[in-house]
Amino acid sequence: MSQDSARVEQAALESDKEGNPVLALMRTSVGRNAGLVVALLLIVVVGVITAGEQFASVDNGLTILRAASVIGVVSIGMTFVIIGGGIDLSVGAIAALASVWSTTVATQTMAEDTHWLVIVGVAMAVALACGLINGLLVAYGPVAPFIATLAMLASARGLAEIIANRRTQIVRVDGFNDFLRGDFLGISVLIWIFALVSVVGWVVLNRTTFGRRTVAVGGNPEAARLAGINVKRHTVMLYVLVGFCCGIAALMITARTTTGSSTHGVLWELDAIGAVVIGGTLLTGGRGTVVGTVFGVLIFQTLFSVFVQNNLSSSAQQVARGAIIVLAVLLQQRLAGSTRTSNTSTRASAPGPTAPPTSVA
Amino acid sequence: MTGPDSTALLQMTGIVKEFPGVRALDGVDLDVRAGEVHCLLGQNGAGKSTLIKVLSGFHQPDAGTIVWNGETTSFSTPARAIEHGVATIYQELDLVPHLDVTENIFLGHEVSRAGFSQRGQARKRVRELLARLGHSEISPTRIVGELPPAKQQVVSMARALSRDTRMLVLDEPSAVLDQEEVKNLFRVIRDLTAEGVAVVYISHRLEEIREIGDRITVLKDGRTVGTGLAVADTPTPDLIKLMTGRSIEYVFPPRPDTARTGGDVVLDVQDLALAGVFSGVSLTVRAGEIIGLAGLVGAGRSEIVETLYGARKATAGTVTVDGRRIRRGSVVSMVRAGVGLAPEERKSQGLFLDEAVFRNITMSSMGRFARLGFLNRREERRRAAELTRSLDVRPDGVTRAARTLSGGNQQKVVLARWLLRDCRVLLLDEPTRGVDVGARSEIYQLIRSLADRGLAVVVVSSEIEEVLGLADRVLVVREGVVVHQAPATELDEATVLDLVMEGKVPA
Repeated sequence: MSQDSARVEQAALESDKEGNPVLALMRTSVGRNAGLVVALLLIVVVGVITAGEQFASVDNGLTILRAASVIGVVSIGMTFVIIGGGIDLSVGAIAALASVWSTTVATQTMAEDTHWLVIVGVAMAVALACGLINGLLVAYGPVAPFIATLAMLASARGLAEIIANRRTQIVRVDGFNDFLRGDFLGISVLIWIFALVSVVGWVVLNRTTFGRRTVAVGGNPEAARLAGINVKRHTVMLYVLVGFCCGIAALMITARTTTGSSTHGVLWELDAIGAVVIGGTLLTGGRGTVVGTVFGVLIFQTLFSVFVQNNLSSSAQQVARGAIIVLAVLLQQRLAGSTRTSNTSTRASAPGPTAPPTSVA
Repeated sequence: MTGPDSTALLQMTGIVKEFPGVRALDGVDLDVRAGEVHCLLGQNGAGKSTLIKVLSGFHQPDAGTIVWNGETTSFSTPARAIEHGVATIYQELDLVPHLDVTENIFLGHEVSRAGFSQRGQARKRVRELLARLGHSEISPTRIVGELPPAKQQVVSMARALSRDTRMLVLDEPSAVLDQEEVKNLFRVIRDLTAEGVAVVYISHRLEEIREIGDRITVLKDGRTVGTGLAVADTPTPDLIKLMTGRSIEYVFPPRPDTARTGGDVVLDVQDLALAGVFSGVSLTVRAGEIIGLAGLVGAGRSEIVETLYGARKATAGTVTVDGRRIRRGSVVSMVRAGVGLAPEERKSQGLFLDEAVFRNITMSSMGRFARLGFLNRREERRRAAELTRSLDVRPDGVTRAARTLSGGNQQKVVLARWLLRDCRVLLLDEPTRGVDVGARSEIYQLIRSLADRGLAVVVVSSEIEEVLGLADRVLVVREGVVVHQAPATELDEATVLDLVMEGKVPA
């Protein structure tokens, strides 16, 4: 080993340490999540100050969690697909289609004694199939994820409207509503499902080959391919996973509203992507956390609650939400920018394009 | 424009440019006179590309002075260099494919000229420029992306001429041209020099330099080894000697004495082809043998290895590993059959830079550490640490990000990945690119020791001495065809250099 390369390594080491210790902490995922906790606490403090007892009650806490649980499940799936370098705009539409299809089968085809398993089975099958179509298009088309899932957004919701015939199906299936609308240990089953999906999501991302491959495929698809990972197959699996989460969310929303409707899940894609992004997941892929996403969902939902308790319009809440997303992304870029040391090409590199930095006529 | 004179237009002295882990330029001197064609010669990696980028304001030198037109200056940005009258035409053309010819030519200075808001007048000037270049058949309204590469180059030249260019830098301009087009290019160059424009001409083709050049500067390992040599007075063998003459002695491990014919054939490639890039490539590699592929950048060496590996889908031919034929275009099958690739662009193709070293190492053998999909991370770290210790990766610590390692140590991480998988065949594309000179010998030792363990190794390198020093058998590739094949001990550097440049051994 020459002194030269030893020096370079030393420099790299030092550049890791130097600078603001807070910034350094914020670069670690633990630090980022700590930042999210602080943000969430700030919103809670604002809520307590402005709305007092009404906001600070256990009931309100559970209401927030219950409201967050459906979009939360979708956001966990979204986290995976974004870490894997993709995006899914069709989550809400898939949930709507799954909800309409399953309730229609339950109430019309087998009106008399529908078993709850029929609803669950149909909803999951529909959602998984939609995810599979997304995945196949993205991996083997190849169609850009944005376009493929945008197309799915349009057609799945369209199909849901056709099946529903613009009517809302009321769900009256024994067992199904009772279970999902019920409580366990005083806490809504919906919240338990969100918690379960989050824990499973964390384990899958951090402890399994699937999670490791997801990070690899999103972080550097070419290196992943050359390392012998089947990138296409993995991409398909990622979209199927999102479909799976959408199926669960469809069941949850169907039970919560006791209806199957083609208007379920409108703009879920934006809520989910927003939550994932403020949770610290890079939209470019390769980096992200499930814990961050959970906090992202909670921050949005708590914010919503603060606005509701203060009788502010949901429009004002949308403005605040937009501002938070922008702030989170700007902060992320600052942090990411300070870790990326120069990737300057070495002497053997090909000459790069150097178009003059100017305007075009 | 100034009239022709023989005083130096550009004088560079002691230019140093360092990148992390590598000193690309280590004291380069260059003086260019107005009205001359100054040729820049050197092997791949000698520092030509970096020097051009310094000239065009793309890179800032770490040391050294630039005197332009009698004044000390620095080309702090590409825009500054252009203002001074330096125009660079890169090998990979830097045109905007969706804009038309006129828009491309005036890109960047259309606003500053008040009169050019009228498109008609701009087109008229473009027609004049193209006529001057002998290409009046190119329409000013053609979309540039639809033009063949040779004509795109003409557009680039027209763009250079549309400004007050005093020095034109041409990087391998003849690479995309046929003979007739090269003649036309030379005519244009002569016209320009007659008007006092200085031309810096980079080419691998010695015969072109003989025809068009006035003086030559030779680079080697980032240093100027010959400057201001008159083309007419410098015989070719002298030039080759300058280009190959060793300034740093690499230490290559000794080849084992035992005849290599004993090992089993592990990798057998027959008539492999990729349409338009290379064809008819056949090679066999035995266990314990190192095969070297020599050739220029663009000769098709990397493409051959990538196609062999399945990263590109071959249009013809077969690849057999251990007697089993492997499906075309499937990296997954190749890896499963025991083939591993250390790609040319290590950072972008080989590594996950932000991930821990141990994750980079276990990436291709995760199944071994998983039960029902759950990874045993302690075992992963333990095995990775064993490998980094045996390969002497420094600094050690398998949880640090791969980004924090130097080039040589990053290469070891890539090699460790394949060792962990118990690979039978290793494909190494430019294994010492970006590796510090001092660390190279270590990589060479490592590659030889892998071969001694029974691996079949294929090494691609544009550094001829590396191929000759490391490999047992050498294949010379030129323009997508294997032109020569011989044991390394029967070849010398000058012969191989002739082969890669001319395709034949001089009589």
